[in-house]
Amino acid sequence: MSEFTVIRAGSAAGLPVPATPKNVPHRGGDANPSAEALKAQFGAAIRRVEVVWGETNVIVEMAKAHEIIQWLHGDPSQSYEYLSDVTAVEFRDRALPIEVIWHLRSLKFRRFLRVKALIEKGQPLVAPSVFDIYKGADWLERECYDMFGIRFEGHPDLRRILLWEQYAEGFPLRKDFPLRGRFSRAEQLRQALAANPEARYSMEELSVADAYADLPQDMRARIKGGESTGE
Amino acid sequence: MATKRTVEVELSTTGIGPDGKPQRIPLVAGGDGGVALQAPPGIEPDLEGEHMLINIGPQHPATHGVLRLVLELDGETVVRCIPHIGYLHCGFEKIGEYRQYNQIIPWTDRDDYLNCVGNNIAFALGAEKLFGIEVTPRCTVLRVIGMELSRIISHLVWMGTTCIDIGAYTPFLWSFQERENVYNLFEGWVGARLTTSASRVGGMAADIPDGWLDGLKAFVRTFPKTLDECDRVVTKNGIWVGRTVGIGVMSPEEAINYGLSGPMLRASGVDYDVRKDFPYLDYETYDFEVPVGVHGDVYDRYLVRMEEMRQSVRILEQAIARLPDGPVNVDDPRVILPPKHKATSEMESMIHHFKNVMEGPRPAPGEAYVAVEAPKGEKGYYMVSDGSAKPVRWRIRPPSYVNLSAIPKMVEGHLLSDVIAINASIDIVMGEIDR
Repeated sequence: MSEFTVIRAGSAAGLPVPATPKNVPHRGGDANPSAEALKAQFGAAIRRVEVVWGETNVIVEMAKAHEIIQWLHGDPSQSYEYLSDVTAVEFRDRALPIEVIWHLRSLKFRRFLRVKALIEKGQPLVAPSVFDIYKGADWLERECYDMFGIRFEGHPDLRRILLWEQYAEGFPLRKDFPLRGRFSRAEQLRQALAANPEARYSMEELSVADAYADLPQDMRARIKGGESTGE
Repeated sequence: MATKRTVEVELSTTGIGPDGKPQRIPLVAGGDGGVALQAPPGIEPDLEGEHMLINIGPQHPATHGVLRLVLELDGETVVRCIPHIGYLHCGFEKIGEYRQYNQIIPWTDRDDYLNCVGNNIAFALGAEKLFGIEVTPRCTVLRVIGMELSRIISHLVWMGTTCIDIGAYTPFLWSFQERENVYNLFEGWVGARLTTSASRVGGMAADIPDGWLDGLKAFVRTFPKTLDECDRVVTKNGIWVGRTVGIGVMSPEEAINYGLSGPMLRASGVDYDVRKDFPYLDYETYDFEVPVGVHGDVYDRYLVRMEEMRQSVRILEQAIARLPDGPVNVDDPRVILPPKHKATSEMESMIHHFKNVMEGPRPAPGEAYVAVEAPKGEKGYYMVSDGSAKPVRWRIRPPSYVNLSAIPKMVEGHLLSDVIAINASIDIVMGEIDR
């Protein structure tokens, strides 16, 4: 059976011995060297570089985000071959833009970089997909779409993942989505019971269509009468 | 003459004939009273190209929770696998936006519930980064003890349940017995067994009680023996080896590209461990090895996890030896409550207690991503603060979510029974995947 050659993290020459960071300042400090390289390579597409709690944020143009991440992934001087996370942030202050965030790691150079692209208010929620660069982006982007409604263009199968595909109440992690959902618990229960499960599950997969009929008569009557579940 | 053998063969069928009736194997008399079993050509039913769709889960013991896999099979070979998740989704991240930092810690128990103490500490590390706090030396070592103990119990659950999936029952009992010992230690430390909520921003919920280290020392002494016994029973077991070697192979480049982490990544031959490469809690000062596999199959994942448990024991021994005296919590009134006797007798301490509990500590605006080496892989907590007592965004980077996303790639071309072994090797916890 064939054996793989082991890939070692931190294989680049001349790296310092990694140590637990101490006395990290709130703002400022040493930026990730990749930030300077990005500025030299992409110029105005790099809007801002900031260092927060020792982590370097690079805020980039959304239109160039894919190209920038592809360069970070492929260029041997950067070699960000590992995608940790794709996520988004919406602030409580409605005037602030929504941020789409990629957490990238370079195993070779032991670097961590946060790439951000902003979606201004009123703009369509669209970001480029990095699925063609990192296969691991598949479910991360689907979750981000599921929770925020951000469409990742170029993703081959952008569907809801944690919520079901017919979920129509919106996107839960948006700030305009109430914590307990849009309907009362009684209404949510009614909708769940009235749903046609076969619309979600093919007959081959699973069928729980008769679940409502299996409930005891008195419980069905109580649910029909609109009884709340204690909320 | 109809012997038992010929009757059995005569009764067996090979399928439905053109007339719609079961086709019999024709008996051909030969020497020695034996039978020739070749069926004449043309009566084998044509099964080529007919695919079957089968559903595993969401309620199935081998899916380790409410995972549902829809498999398209060609005979017994998996052609396509479509995972469905989300049955356990409860919106942890949304709830976190409505909770103070210390109030989020109980939620971290519940995302990866086999690694509670590790999650508690990882979250506290993230929040402390936002507050600019560095914990005391004693707390640092206690946290290392907590993290390594929870790594051991998580791997023990993995080993026990995977052995059951593949058909061995004994290692399950042995590993759960040892897990019980660790839960007893947690119970002695923080009072809870499963949902520990062991950490606080700036320290721990409690210092270890007197005599607790003796229990830990006893565990560190006896646990490697249990591990050796499991090793003897499983590692060279013919069934185990046959079910796991060469199954679900991921090459190192694929593993990195799919974002795998933890034992999944290391079994594929990538020497990356957050404790070594992006250290936290002074892990760089401990002497331990990172096991790396070279085949990337289920068997190597097993070997990596077994060795990680031994290395955790080594770290525990060093942590016991170096545990310093001193306070557990930092001396920082922004996050730490005053002593109870002062809060009930002094006005200032009472106000301080009230403000800290009712309003909550407020970090400066900013953001922090803290990743730790959890048993399943790189567990990250990303927190964004706008200066208020509740985070604007609390993101969990779940390692088993990303690891599970590679399952279609791993199972395709394997047999249906291998799907169970591959799924078990990922070490999923649905609480963490669905959140």
